[in-house]
Amino acid sequence: MEYEAVIGMEVHVQLLTKSKMFCSCSAEAFGAEPNTHVCPVCLGMPGSLPVINRKAVEYTIMAGLALNCQIAEFAKFDRKNYFYPDLPKGYQISQYDLPIATNGWLEIETENGHKRIRIRRVHLEEDTAKLFHMGDYTLVDFNRAGIPLLEIVSEPDMSTPEEARQYLIKLRTILRYLGISTADMEKGAMRCEANVSLRPKGSKELGTRVEIKNINSFRFVKQALEYEIERQRKLLEQGRSVEQITVGWDDQRNITVVQRTKEYAHDYRYFPEPDLPPLVISREWVEEIRARLPELPDARRERFQQQYGLSPAEARVLTAEKEPADYFEACVALYPEPKKLANWITGEFFRLLRDTGTSFEDVKVSPEKLVKLLRLVDEGTINQNTAKAVLREMFETGEDPQKIVEKKGLSRITDTAYIQSVIEEVLDANPDALQRYLGGKESTFGFFMGQVMKATKGRADPKLASKLLREKLTELKKNS
Amino acid sequence: MKLYELTIHEAHELLKKGEVTSSELVSAVVERVEGVEPRVKSYITLTCEQALERARQADELIARLRKSGEEIPPLLGIPIAIKDIICTEGIRTTCASRILENFIPPYDATVIIRLKKAGMVMIGKTNLDEFAMGSSTENSAFFPTRNPWDLERVPGGSSGGSAAAVAAGECIGSLGTDTGGSVRQPAALCGVVGLKPTYGRVSRYGLVAFASSLDQIGPITKDVTDAALLLNIIAGYDPHDSTSVNVPVPDYTKALVPDVKGIKLGVPKEYFIEGMEEGVEKAVREAIAKLEEMGAEVIEISLPHTEYALPAYYLIAPAEASANLARYDGVKYGLFLPGPDLWESYRLTRGNGFGPEVKRRIMLGTYALSAGYYDAYYLKAQKVRTLIKQDFDRAFEQVDVIVAPTSPTVAFRLGEKVDDPLKMYLSDVFTIPVNLAGICGISIPCGFSGGLPVGLQIMGPAFGEEIVLRVAYAYEQATEWHKKRPEL
Repeated sequence: MEYEAVIGMEVHVQLLTKSKMFCSCSAEAFGAEPNTHVCPVCLGMPGSLPVINRKAVEYTIMAGLALNCQIAEFAKFDRKNYFYPDLPKGYQISQYDLPIATNGWLEIETENGHKRIRIRRVHLEEDTAKLFHMGDYTLVDFNRAGIPLLEIVSEPDMSTPEEARQYLIKLRTILRYLGISTADMEKGAMRCEANVSLRPKGSKELGTRVEIKNINSFRFVKQALEYEIERQRKLLEQGRSVEQITVGWDDQRNITVVQRTKEYAHDYRYFPEPDLPPLVISREWVEEIRARLPELPDARRERFQQQYGLSPAEARVLTAEKEPADYFEACVALYPEPKKLANWITGEFFRLLRDTGTSFEDVKVSPEKLVKLLRLVDEGTINQNTAKAVLREMFETGEDPQKIVEKKGLSRITDTAYIQSVIEEVLDANPDALQRYLGGKESTFGFFMGQVMKATKGRADPKLASKLLREKLTELKKNS
Repeated sequence: MKLYELTIHEAHELLKKGEVTSSELVSAVVERVEGVEPRVKSYITLTCEQALERARQADELIARLRKSGEEIPPLLGIPIAIKDIICTEGIRTTCASRILENFIPPYDATVIIRLKKAGMVMIGKTNLDEFAMGSSTENSAFFPTRNPWDLERVPGGSSGGSAAAVAAGECIGSLGTDTGGSVRQPAALCGVVGLKPTYGRVSRYGLVAFASSLDQIGPITKDVTDAALLLNIIAGYDPHDSTSVNVPVPDYTKALVPDVKGIKLGVPKEYFIEGMEEGVEKAVREAIAKLEEMGAEVIEISLPHTEYALPAYYLIAPAEASANLARYDGVKYGLFLPGPDLWESYRLTRGNGFGPEVKRRIMLGTYALSAGYYDAYYLKAQKVRTLIKQDFDRAFEQVDVIVAPTSPTVAFRLGEKVDDPLKMYLSDVFTIPVNLAGICGISIPCGFSGGLPVGLQIMGPAFGEEIVLRVAYAYEQATEWHKKRPEL
């Protein structure tokens, strides 16, 4: 029997607010000395009380709008109860039945064209502390506890691991476009869980689903899902059933490992958080936020095709992240040749990013400098190949292209064949002068030299040009 | 008159006139504590030395203010006791629990910040039922407090230490907390005044949570004027408590008018029930008659859902408590008893750290919130809560305040109800509805039954503290009950 996978994603994203979700501690805690960004509130000290971070609610609304969700007029926070040392209060303040945003979608590209993945809900909660297991003891760092965390839950609308990966990439792009999260998986600012079940192809019924936790890179998402789908397929083909379990992805051994079976499923005993009033979200506020939403990737891609005449592929590559798209537009403003720019940026520029492992934020080549480089090519100061070499150097040093060209004498023409061809042209164009020379008037040499330099805009290597000219003239004299 | 017997406003007058110093006042109270504390046992922690130091500072300030002709704030230099569930920076806050026996908060509760700013001299932290769960102070993990009127009897609870300390002259005034009657019931049983403000009137920041949607801090004092004075200081919006309400704070002492003419008193028939102590009913009926005689209009009313208040409370409060007390896991502060693994450590720490009543309520609450039971218990209880609130809303369309007994009995004997939680819970049957509705109420002395004080409860609408205080003050001024002191 042929099976198809049904995949849903649950993604947690740290928000880029200045302060934590319910207290005034700094939320920029990554890399800080452990337990330095803490206070009675985020440590869950007795008697402390939470206060809602308005910015975090605003960011959640932004995410909800960007994901085409409905924004609740009335939302509330709930307590999710469980014991674990990473949870200072013994409960997490989260949202249960009335999340801030519901019923949205985002679009991904698949082999068969666009596909809409529905978003079930977007809610706001607080992050937990970070545990460091040290063998026979564990250390707790509460810097992370209380950082605003967005939970984005999709419907099970994905059917391949690649679609799941595309979904995550698209989600990350949108969040970055909004500027509400770094969505950096390596730093734990974006974490994802997938649930996957198999069913006979064409069937409408859902099979037993398995949850995969701890998948912290795009690559692992794909690997973990592929592994899990294969595992389930084998079970089903053997006539066995899939158990409802939670597994973790072991990226050392490239397998999923059982973390929890159904019998140990938590009862979180959700109930409304009595320390916080319900959130009443006015339509005026939502519209005000909507009005200042930045242009989102899909819209920008469309516009790049329309406005700049780019191909769908170029537009997609340029708009997949906010930074290159911004970069491109900054360049276009200085140098209205979008096709040429797109070519350079998606080609040489991206290759250098990849080769040098540079992220876009760290690029030293400003749009002004890139444009200057292209102008040097246009003016014929350097050729295409030289420009590529110059760009590589600009990447490393951030230096001005003009300066690099001058310093390295890259504009000097040392191409023997080329100079010879110029000499030919000069001689052909001045038959009288040539006759005079052949007639013994040696001083005409200076005239030819001048013409060659003029024809190469002074860039021909004078020594080489002089040598080649003399060779040519000597040869002509001999033959005459 | 002995200095420790003074009220806040009396002491303030003497301080203002320079007839006594804060040091003398505090010393008198400290001496009184030394004399009676071994018998009454109101305090878990005494801070007498710091208090004497603070008193010296207060005296300096009073001298300075008098010199410059500035007004002397009403609480400056006056010794106050604080229920040991309100966080005090640098001074251990135990909640009368083994699990927090050595917990020293690094911060003050908002009410403490306000009282300190007003010049309070804190004399100590008073005993209570563990985590404020109880009605007799017998659930303290350390020792029970005795009723100053009869040392064989309980002071009520959970703010039993605060009420006993006021009644015994071990402080001039005190703060308690009221989740289901924990200020009013011990005030009634100890013959003093106890005010439960409207939910949201006083910040809960730094009050160790029992049931967050019900907890409220309130004053326990020797008379109504003192209650108004303390409320003036502790009331008000606090940005650190999202449930505190941004309603202007009036000067509550302005409401103290000895006149109830034309005020409509509602007398709910559901509050005069079978099984209630005869002497209590008699004293309360007489108090109502007195108010009527003074010109108030007495109207019989009905609060039809009253009988469901107690069961609803014992679902909602434990449910919230089960979450609020989850943080005591030994990882960050408080008792930690290490076991072979994490779960065993939790079991040992919490198993030994909490007393039986706390465990009972954690279990009740956990059960009420569990999957499959939530709708039948917690959600249903919340609906009942709405109905109770509507009962009061309707009543207050008709009357200005509601008068009733504070507790169905006078102080009972130590040990009398400890083995029967249900009987103990019934002690709060008349006070719980006020918490569920989020409104305000006061208990004032209105007589004696068998030589023990009886409390009259006056309930007002949300943010109706002024009318409640006015009726209480008028009654107090027309009677002598508040001047009675136990012999110790």
